[in-house]
Formats: sequence, C-alpha cells, structure tokens
Amino acid sequence: MTEQVESLIRKDYAAGFHTSIESDTLKPGLDEEVVRFISAKKEEPQWMLDWRLKAFRAWQEMEEPEWAHVHYPDINFQALSYYSAPKSMADKPKSLDEVDPELLEMYEKLGIPLHEQEALAGVAVDAVIDSVSVVTTYRAKLEEAGVIFCPISEAIARFPDLVQRYLGSVVPQRDNFYAALNSAVFSDGSFVYIPKGVRCPMELSTYFRINEMNTGQFERTLIVAEEGSYVSYLEGCTAPMRDENQLHAAVVELVALDDAQIKYSTVQNWYPGDKEGKGGIYNFVTKRGICHRNARISWTQVETGSAVTWKYPSCILKGDNSVGEFYSVALTNNFQQADTGTKMIHIGKNTSSTIIAKGISAGQSNSAYRGLVRINAGASGARNFTQCDSLLIGDRCGAHTFPYIESKNSSAVIEHEATTSKVSDDQMFLCQQRGLDAEKAVSMIVNGFCREVFKELPMEFAVEAGKLLEVSLEGSVG
Amino acid sequence: MLDIRNLNARVEETEILRNLSLSIKPGEVHAIMGPNGAGKSTLGNVLSGRPGYEVTSGSVEFNGKDLLDMEIEERARAGLFLAFQYPVEIPGVSNMEFLKAAVDARRKHLDLPELSSFDFMKIARETSKRVSLDAAFLKRGVNEGFSGGEKKRNEIMQMMLLEPNLCILDETDSGLDIDALQVVAEGVNAMRDGKRSFIVVTHYQRLLDFIVPDHVHVLAAGRIVKSGGKELALELEAKGYGWLEDEVA
Ligand SMILES: Nc1ncnc2c1ncn2[C@@H]1O[C@H](COP(=O)(O)OP(=O)(O)OP(=O)(O)O)[C@@H](O)[C@H]1O
Ligand SMILES: [Mg+2]
Repeated sequence: MTEQVESLIRKDYAAGFHTSIESDTLKPGLDEEVVRFISAKKEEPQWMLDWRLKAFRAWQEMEEPEWAHVHYPDINFQALSYYSAPKSMADKPKSLDEVDPELLEMYEKLGIPLHEQEALAGVAVDAVIDSVSVVTTYRAKLEEAGVIFCPISEAIARFPDLVQRYLGSVVPQRDNFYAALNSAVFSDGSFVYIPKGVRCPMELSTYFRINEMNTGQFERTLIVAEEGSYVSYLEGCTAPMRDENQLHAAVVELVALDDAQIKYSTVQNWYPGDKEGKGGIYNFVTKRGICHRNARISWTQVETGSAVTWKYPSCILKGDNSVGEFYSVALTNNFQQADTGTKMIHIGKNTSSTIIAKGISAGQSNSAYRGLVRINAGASGARNFTQCDSLLIGDRCGAHTFPYIESKNSSAVIEHEATTSKVSDDQMFLCQQRGLDAEKAVSMIVNGFCREVFKELPMEFAVEAGKLLEVSLEGSVG
Repeated sequence: MLDIRNLNARVEETEILRNLSLSIKPGEVHAIMGPNGAGKSTLGNVLSGRPGYEVTSGSVEFNGKDLLDMEIEERARAGLFLAFQYPVEIPGVSNMEFLKAAVDARRKHLDLPELSSFDFMKIARETSKRVSLDAAFLKRGVNEGFSGGEKKRNEIMQMMLLEPNLCILDETDSGLDIDALQVVAEGVNAMRDGKRSFIVVTHYQRLLDFIVPDHVHVLAAGRIVKSGGKELALELEAKGYGWLEDEVA
C-alpha cells in the first residue's frame, strides 16, 4: 500500500510551460551599478535609490543563514540576473487593450483571465511577470472606494509619502540576508492602501509569474490598512519547469492600524523541481505584519510548490487586544524541502495569537515547522494556542517540529499541541472498498487533514487549494 | 451470485483459509458463525481484496466475473460491500462528502447520472433517519468520535445508499444495544428484495432471530465444517463449537 501511496505523488506540474515573450533581461551579476540600473529603469526618486543602496551595502556584509532545516547547493548570487521585463512593457500599456496578447494568453492558460468581464467576480488582480507588473484590474471600481491597489513602482511615483512612511517599517532593510537583498533589487510587487473605516469592496489578488531563465524574482508587497478598515488579499505564484534552480526572495509588509483587519492568503505553487529533485524554485521569503490596537492580521498559506521553502509569516502584536493568526498547510513531495512556520511577538496587553500548522510530507521530502511565540514583559494577559499536525504519506519522508517559546510575563497562557499521523492502510482500504480509487482516497484524506486551514481561505480559493493538493499529490499512489 | 471454490489464502506466512468452498445464489442470506480466529473476517477481507491477504489457490466468481482479478474499488463498484467489524475514522472528511463520492463512483459504474448535491443530501438525510442517526452525523468526520454503535449504524447507512448486490456484514451486531440491533436488522430486511445477497458474520443467534438466514455455516480453522438451515444456529447456541471440532477431527 505504501508503494501505492507513493506512486500517487507523481504528476506533472500543470503551470510548467514557458511563454516566449521577448524580454529585456539584465546580464547576470550584482553590484552597485545593477542597483542603480534598476532604480533608473523604474525612474525612481533619489530617496528610493538611497534606500536601495543602503540595503545593498548592508547585504554585502551579511551572511546567508544556515540554521533552517534545508539543504541546497550554494547559490551564486553573481550568476543571476536581477532584472527582466517583457519588451512589450517598455512603453507602459495604459489599459488592458494595449497589453501584449501573448501575456494575456499566458495568464489565461494559468486560469487567471485578466479581462474584467471574465475575471473571477469580485476579485481584483495585479499580474506580475518576472520583474514588472503587467496589469491591475478593477482599478476604477477600487478608486471609487478610495482604495489604492497598484504596482509598487507606480506607488513610489504617485504616493511617495505613504511609501516612504511605511516601506521598511515592518521589515527593515537589514532584517535578514534575503530581506536586504530584496530591498536592494526589488523590481515590482503590489501596493495596497485602505483608507480609514473602509471595507475593501472586493478581494485583492496578486499573481506572480517567473518566466525568464536565470532571473531571480524579488517582489515587494506593502499593505497599509488605516484605522477600522478591512482587506482580504491573496497571492498566487507559478513558474515554468526548468532544470536549474531559480531564486525567489520576496518581502511582504503589512500594517494594520487601530481596529483594522488584514487577511492575507497565499497559494504558493512555484515549480517544485522534478521527481529526481532537479530544478525548482528556491523560495526565501520574509513576511511580517504589525498590529496596532485591536487590530487583527491573519496569515493563511497553502504551500505546495518550490524546491526549497524558507518562510515565516509573522505578527508583531504591538497594540493592546490585537490578534495574530497563522493557518498553514505545507505539502512537500519527491525531494522538496520546506522550513516554514511563524513568529508571534506579543508586546501589547491582552494580545492573542493562534497558530494552526499542517505539514504533509510524501515521497522523500522533508518538512519542518518552526515557530516562535514570544511574550514580552509588558504583555500581560497574552494568550497563544499552537497546534502542529504532521501527516506522512509513505515511509521515506520526514516531518520535524521546532517550537520556540519565550515568555517574560507570568500571566501569559500558552498552549501547544502536536500530532504526527500517517495515511493509514485501513483508511485507504475503507475508501477503496467504498469504490473510490487510490488517488481520490489520498486526496480526500489529505484534504480532510487540512480542513481547519482551508476554511480560512476565501471561498473561491479554498476550492482551488483543494484541487492543487490533489494535483501535487498525484503519483503518490499507483 | 458468488461462487467460491477451494479457496486457500494466507496472511504473511500463515495459511488462514483452507480449501473453502461456498456458493451463494441471488437473494440468499448466509450466516457464518464460528470461534474467534476461525477466519471469518479473513474471508470478508479476501473477497473485498484487502492488501496483505494473499490467495494461494482457488477461485471466486462474482456475477460471472473473476473476482480475484479485480481491483478493490472495481469490486466495490460492481456491488460488493463489506461492513467492517472495526470501522476506521477519517478525520476532517465529512461523512456527507465521503458518502457522495462513494455513491458517485457506484452510479458511474452503473451508467447512472451523478446525483446533484441537493438530491443527494435529501436521500442521505432520509437514510440516516432510517438507521436512527441524527442528520448531524452527516456533517461530522467519517466515524470521527462516533461511538461503537454509531459506527455500525453508519456502516448500514452506507450499505443502504450504495445498494450493493452482495453485502458482507462482519459482526455488525456486536456492541449494539437491543434497539440498534433492531435498526440494523430492519435495514437488512428492507433491502432483501429476492436479488440482493448477504453474508452475515455473527457470534449470536439473537441477530438471526431478526435476520432469518437461508443457510448457516460454521467456519473453523479456515474451512466450513458444517452447513445447515437456520436451526443450526440454535444448536450452536446450545452446544457451542466444541462438538464440531471433535466431529471434524
Ligand atoms: N493482518 C493479519 N496479520 C496477522 N494475522 C492475521 C491478520 N488477519 C488475520 N490474522 C489471523 O488470522 C486468523 C483469522 O482471523 P480472523 O480475523 O479472520 O478471525 P475471525 O474468525 O474473524 O475472528 P473473530 O471472531 O475474533 O472476529 C487469526 O488467527 C488472526 O490472528
Ligand atoms: Mg472477525
């Protein structure tokens, strides 16, 4: 049966095609000139260039972190190209009609139609390919509500005060090796601003796509929710199948001011590499949010892609009564490795956090949950509940849990639960005896295991996530 | 319906079923009794194709097809149903979703159109009522946190929804209170339509008062050592199995 389960986890990566779009790609290598080039290409103001250069100088003095439970060959940062843009974007299209049809077709193929009338009802999309944002839909409707949703490059030009005020306020330039790199060379990403008291009228979504070879993708997302506002945001990611590894190092910063709420959901499906472990994306991401008084940030992530994932969406619970939540499903298959989890930093009084992390390992993959719950001395009445469940498919994979708890306040209540289970032969047999084939049985059992997390996703995406798991598991039973 | 000829089967290295032959006609109810460890559950497992049970010789024909040549799910879709002695839990998978997937698979095999979620929900609710399970059980995870008796009733509900041709009930009566026993028996009796056949494995004559069998077999040490009519069950209740083992020896 184990063998059967394992062969079910072998299936093709559906998003693995490459679109031939003529691109302007910078020659590989990284030095100050490259940083200046990117900034100039984006026609950035001086303050932005200075900010990048500061990050670049910090990065040069930093070392790549090695503490994560992942193994990969050294990355040659000089062999990567740090900027690539579709040629047709050189003279920025003003509307969808001016966008290269090849690009639109590519997104169509990925199931993300960018024509508003065909798009998912009620979801505005910012599509980013390689280093630039291609198009943002529903802008007019959002502007009516006062919501700003645009490429960050555009925000730098149009809303310099907002960007200057908040960029790097949650993840400083020298926060860590990859964040510093991102700060120096980030090329695009999304900017969201929700004014005071506004409930964003639709889901916002950014769709990232790496297309060119040997390019790194470094996007930067900044979401600011003013007092009493609400926004739900979703990001999706895919890349073509390639034999060589590609680097993705993003930074996401969330600012939830008093009484605001941000729901941030990720369905990450970067190319995971082939069955032998060749190729795939290295996904090194820094995501962090800050909650002011009574604010709430929820991170929900479904991670099925990438060869190596290193990612810890975190919450700084600064304001009293603020709430941080982390719901995660991380699935690894074949030779994938994931080291993911969260950090909940309790600073304000009566702050509370919930962590539900589900790890699924199949094939010869390894997944690790790494979580930090820190209760500062002033955080009286803080609470945390953590639940980590691991599900193993087959017997050549591994799951590891590294919970760190630091409490400096004796009134804090911290609960931690952890379980490890297997897809049992008896469960498989029950399903099959009722007429389900092995693939359907595994995906059903795995979906059941993830239920608590999926219910946190926006409806349309919960269905997508379920399907994605099914595809990612294909071949794990035969 | 089912024709088992000289079946030998083993688990790991141990021979469990030895030269077992049994023939079941459409509409018949066969009761199988016998001491613990005789091989009753093994028979159900072998017929349904459970991994780990290896047939070393013999044949089984199911509605004219070579049953042993079919995959587990093909056997199920073709109408072979096993009600488990110990039903397992599948956390997080709602009973409703599970039942729908099972019924969809069966209907597809029969070339029937898929039921809409709405229609299925209606049928599922009615069926749960028939086995005295509150409709809330449909939303809970498959067998998740169900009591022993609730699990057994859930098995019967699945049987009713799937409308199999051959139902193998492995000690569905054990652990049931008297009311639940009646529920199960009524369920089975309602499904006796002259075409559908049953293999009822039990240790207790009591069940056979409610589900009256056409044949009773005693399975001991992997073979059928005695067959008779429904009165054999009464005799076993009075005398136990000892006398049979002597007879065989
Ligand atoms: N998976 C298995 N691994 C090892 N031995 C097994 C396995 N399944 C069955 N057996 C052995 O086969 C024999 C028959 O078991 P089986 O479960 O068929 O008996 P049974 O007649 O159903 O008994 P009971 O009345 O207790 O349910 C027993 O000796 C049992 O230990
Ligand atoms: Mg038994």
